Amino acid sequence: MIDNTIVFPVIVHLFTAILLLFFWRKTLAHRIISITGSTIGIAIAINLFAKVWGGDILTMEAAGWKSPFGITFVADVFSSTMVLLTSFSGLAVSVFSAIGIARGRIIYGYFPMLHFLLMGLNGAFLTGDIFNLYVYFEVIIIASFVLITLGGRKAQIEGSVKYMAMNILASTFFLTGIGILYGITGSLNMADLSLKVAALENRTLVDLTAIFFIIGFGIKSAVFPLYFWLPSSYHTPPSAVAAVFAGLLTKVGIYALFRMFTLIFVPDEFTRTLLIVIAVLTILTGTFGAVIKNNIRRMFSYLIVCHIGFMVGGLGMYSEVALTGALFYLFHDIMVKTNIFLIAGLIRKLRGTMNMDKLGGLYAEYPLLSFVIAIVLFSLVGIPPLSGFWPKIYLFEAGLMDNQYVLIAAIIIGSFATLYVISMMWAKVFWKDQPTVEGEEALTDDFRPLSKFKKSLLVGPIVFLAAITLYIGLAAENVTQVAKHIAGEMKDTTPYIEAVLGTNETQ
Amino acid sequence: MKSAILKTASSYLLPILLLFSIFILLRGHYHPGGGFVGGLIAAIAFVLHSFTHGSEATLKLLHTHPSSFIPIGLGVAALSMFVPMLGGQPVMTSLWFNEPFPVIGLIGSALFFDLGVYLVVIGAVLTILFTIAQYSE
Repeated sequence: MIDNTIVFPVIVHLFTAILLLFFWRKTLAHRIISITGSTIGIAIAINLFAKVWGGDILTMEAAGWKSPFGITFVADVFSSTMVLLTSFSGLAVSVFSAIGIARGRIIYGYFPMLHFLLMGLNGAFLTGDIFNLYVYFEVIIIASFVLITLGGRKAQIEGSVKYMAMNILASTFFLTGIGILYGITGSLNMADLSLKVAALENRTLVDLTAIFFIIGFGIKSAVFPLYFWLPSSYHTPPSAVAAVFAGLLTKVGIYALFRMFTLIFVPDEFTRTLLIVIAVLTILTGTFGAVIKNNIRRMFSYLIVCHIGFMVGGLGMYSEVALTGALFYLFHDIMVKTNIFLIAGLIRKLRGTMNMDKLGGLYAEYPLLSFVIAIVLFSLVGIPPLSGFWPKIYLFEAGLMDNQYVLIAAIIIGSFATLYVISMMWAKVFWKDQPTVEGEEALTDDFRPLSKFKKSLLVGPIVFLAAITLYIGLAAENVTQVAKHIAGEMKDTTPYIEAVLGTNETQ
Repeated sequence: MKSAILKTASSYLLPILLLFSIFILLRGHYHPGGGFVGGLIAAIAFVLHSFTHGSEATLKLLHTHPSSFIPIGLGVAALSMFVPMLGGQPVMTSLWFNEPFPVIGLIGSALFFDLGVYLVVIGAVLTILFTIAQYSE
């Protein structure tokens, strides 16, 4: 069904960013416009999700050029769910940034870049054209280059060199893959590619092309052995920036993997084995990295890597149950990972450091806040009935059906390691008495002097995302339905293809 | 650079180059040219002016800092994309006036997209060059 309004999630952030550029250097206006823009974004995303969930897959052909020749936008349940989660994260980060980002960074264009980034993310989720997907990836990485270097501290520049080098390499692989794919099929439209690639007889060539995409998206989503840029760059920018990166940037790689490997390269034995091996190694490396880190954000960075493996593993098993689990985990992960980096930023505001050895006593000082943070942290671990628990059940079930015992073992190791590091962090940061730190590294409290309104701008987003996480955990039934529906669409792509290409015949 | 010849020439070249850049912008829909090239040519006109008269004089000539062209250009381009949606058309559809205008010819919404690109390119190129010039002085 054609619906021209499905590009609104892209357009709203484009216009917000342009409006922000008009108010260059006016920090108060930036804060207000950004929060307003993100709120409108949520309303649009909810509307889109409601429309798609209630009925058909919606498409839009840019400038009226018919698919497969023009650029098509497609909103199915997967896309619109991702857009919805992006807008939740976007609002939380907008609000947190109003106080959490230093004035100097706002003056040099923090908010416009944040909205260009969100525009790129929404575009990447909604597009149905593989080259257009590449263009949105470029929009995303250019905006993220600015965000990661903005401020220009030495550590930031050092982290961003690794980040930029690896992401440009990933884009090159992605683009090469598109080139080869276009060479062998003569199409860029994903639905059209799905039919044409399935009809190809030279499967070796298809597998080879698939590897280009696995490497490209693999670097972006930080899977083994291409993950090392992530832990060495994500702890350098301000926490609000790290929150968007952690919650959304690695996940857009996962989104693209899911889209490509269910629609275009339907996994054969070779790709499935490859994905499962990658998943196991990713989980294990992430686990070992997280266990030895003492800085909160570095530890969280390794946990991102570890949990990416769960989703890739789900894709590798490629049964409906496994996909349901992986998708559920993806939804849960976006909310939780955004939130834990915001929490890291808040802890830094409270104490001026993120080194766990120097932190302590937060529970005694802020019991209510600690309770909210506990919900988030234990959702991350997956203690029932919180949100991280349910997807793992599906993954285990799929693993048992598929006899993937190594993957199950890796997921169990990953889960227990997460439990271990999070409870260690809880004990060190919240329960332990505040150790006395003297000299130059004395702790600073930037939180207490703030006005009540400003405090609520910092804590509000964390509570907001924690509430969504709580919903995902307690109302798991609804989320499972969404995940199951998407998994169904992934196994049977005919409705997607008909929605995109069928419009030719009806007009 | 203090050369009498260049100085005299640049005051004549500025309007001619600007006019030429608009010509390039307008012919861009069907022929080589368009907003990006036109914008570069217009930027060259101002760069030449700042070579001979100094960047202060060029900034005075522009009345405003070139970076303010960027949001205006982006706004024009984004609106030209969005306006067709008000008429129920998909985003970026070309809308055309029925009658051609004298001199310019037939105008469509694509021209406004190009105009936006034109402004963004002038703004971006001049902002970069003036920033570098200020640091090197």
